[in-house]
Amino acid sequence: MEVLSACDVHKSYGANEVVCGVSFAIEAGECFGLLGPNGAGKTTTLRLCLGLIDPDRGRITLGGSPIPQQARQARLRVGVVPQMDNLDPDFTVEENLLVYGRYFGLRERAIRQRIPALLEFAGLAGRARTRIQTLSGGMKRRLTLARSLVNDPDIVFMDEPTTGLDPQARHLIWERLRELLAQRKTIVLTTHFMEEAERLCGRLLILDRGRIIAQGSPRELIAHHIEPDVVEVYGDGVSGWAERAAGLALRLEKTGETVFCYADDPRALLAALESEHGLRYLHRPANLEDVFLKLTGRELRD
Amino acid sequence: MIELAQRSIKRLSRPSLRFVPVWRRNFLVWRKLAAPSILGNLADPMIYMLGLGYGLGAMLPEVGGVSYIAFLAAGTVCFSTMNSATFEALYSAFSRMHVQKTWNAILNAPLDLDDVVLAELIWAASKSFLSGLAILVVIWALGLSASPLSLWVLAIIPLIGLCFGAIGLAITALAWNYDFFMYYFTLVITPMIMLCGVFFPTEQLPGAFQAVASVLPLTHATALVRPLLLGSVPAGIALHVLVLAAYTLAAYGAALVIFRRRLLD
Repeated sequence: MEVLSACDVHKSYGANEVVCGVSFAIEAGECFGLLGPNGAGKTTTLRLCLGLIDPDRGRITLGGSPIPQQARQARLRVGVVPQMDNLDPDFTVEENLLVYGRYFGLRERAIRQRIPALLEFAGLAGRARTRIQTLSGGMKRRLTLARSLVNDPDIVFMDEPTTGLDPQARHLIWERLRELLAQRKTIVLTTHFMEEAERLCGRLLILDRGRIIAQGSPRELIAHHIEPDVVEVYGDGVSGWAERAAGLALRLEKTGETVFCYADDPRALLAALESEHGLRYLHRPANLEDVFLKLTGRELRD
Repeated sequence: MIELAQRSIKRLSRPSLRFVPVWRRNFLVWRKLAAPSILGNLADPMIYMLGLGYGLGAMLPEVGGVSYIAFLAAGTVCFSTMNSATFEALYSAFSRMHVQKTWNAILNAPLDLDDVVLAELIWAASKSFLSGLAILVVIWALGLSASPLSLWVLAIIPLIGLCFGAIGLAITALAWNYDFFMYYFTLVITPMIMLCGVFFPTEQLPGAFQAVASVLPLTHATALVRPLLLGSVPAGIALHVLVLAAYTLAAYGAALVIFRRRLLD
């Protein structure tokens, strides 16, 4: 069953087309990733799907309701973890959940009954009466996650849920997201951490300048777009080495003082590197980040 | 733009109680921080009223046919209500919208921007009601007003609060930082306090200023509250109420349109 679909959606701000002809369909229970560099249109796409802004063109359906016409009704069954924390700083942990639950028309008693389980889920048990200002960044993020679940949603939108978190906090969030998937909830995730997308997303699409430039499962994307082996080479004289080694890899990319070598069979390349004493190298399987950089380029995006 | 205005107006005609949980959110914050808020909202105008009323009043003969403090009492009710609604609709609403992003969080729930703006309006009016009421209680306690007609002021205060809450929200919709509010205070609020019969009768002003004062909302607020406190039925009640209501609706409509353009486009 489709829980979210977008069909040929367009959105412009002035002359700037931020989302141009985006289409996708997400099934219940999926973790679906929206990837792209800064300014690719990820957050705008999420806002369009939630009915917070109106598309110029195109059709969106969320939980069976047409968006934006019935966005409010659709959002009853939706949870959102926004990119920026917007918890209520004057409230305790518990009050944040209680007040947010009221926005969904939930009864006070029903929310209060849910709060212990939500705090447990977020690793915040025993913190019900803690003030927000005293929470760490990771705790705030987890509380935001708990808040997004206060209405027991079918689908959860997460806009860069782990940006700015340390590895421990990040892994905890990932674990919780897997639990949500095990409960058959649908997750729509934007991220620019390829590792995150590779770990969590069953399917994803890569957006660039408002357009879908690739989509599929992480494995499919890697298999389709990139050579299976990558050797990263660093060190003095790496440029000269790269010129000599051009024939050893299918593709060589140089950025700064690093050369990325993409190969189907890296054995000759590795053998050649063994005899280079000034150079260091890292041999690894190709990953989603390689695909991402190949498709969206290496230049900086602001 | 026109379509946007039409849509806002269409929604205006479909009121809903969805604003209530947002109002309750603001109420809960207020309850937690009530002490400084009460002090600022109540003590400040009270000090002005008592200080000027008795201090300056001792040097004055009657003003408008009554003692200066009895004259000033009505001005203080209006001024205090206006100030309280204005501060809430400017600084506090701006913090919630722009700084804390509380509105963004609320908009991800099944609420519309119109629900949030309506909640802010009613909240600003509610808070200012407390300010106006507190001054009124002091006025009664000091015996500055003994007429049963003064009970009608309880019905006028919410109208003053809604009016200045709505105007304040329209200003907030245009603001990009707190400094912007200085323009409104210096260019609108402060002159209004001087022109609209808070501290002295409007009739003291030169003709041109009287003409300006006659279209300002605070003039119509004092024109209603002062006679009621002094025990007479105000002249031209319908006109004064209509002017306050018109300011409220026009400013609220403008606020909705500007907020929509700002946050939903």
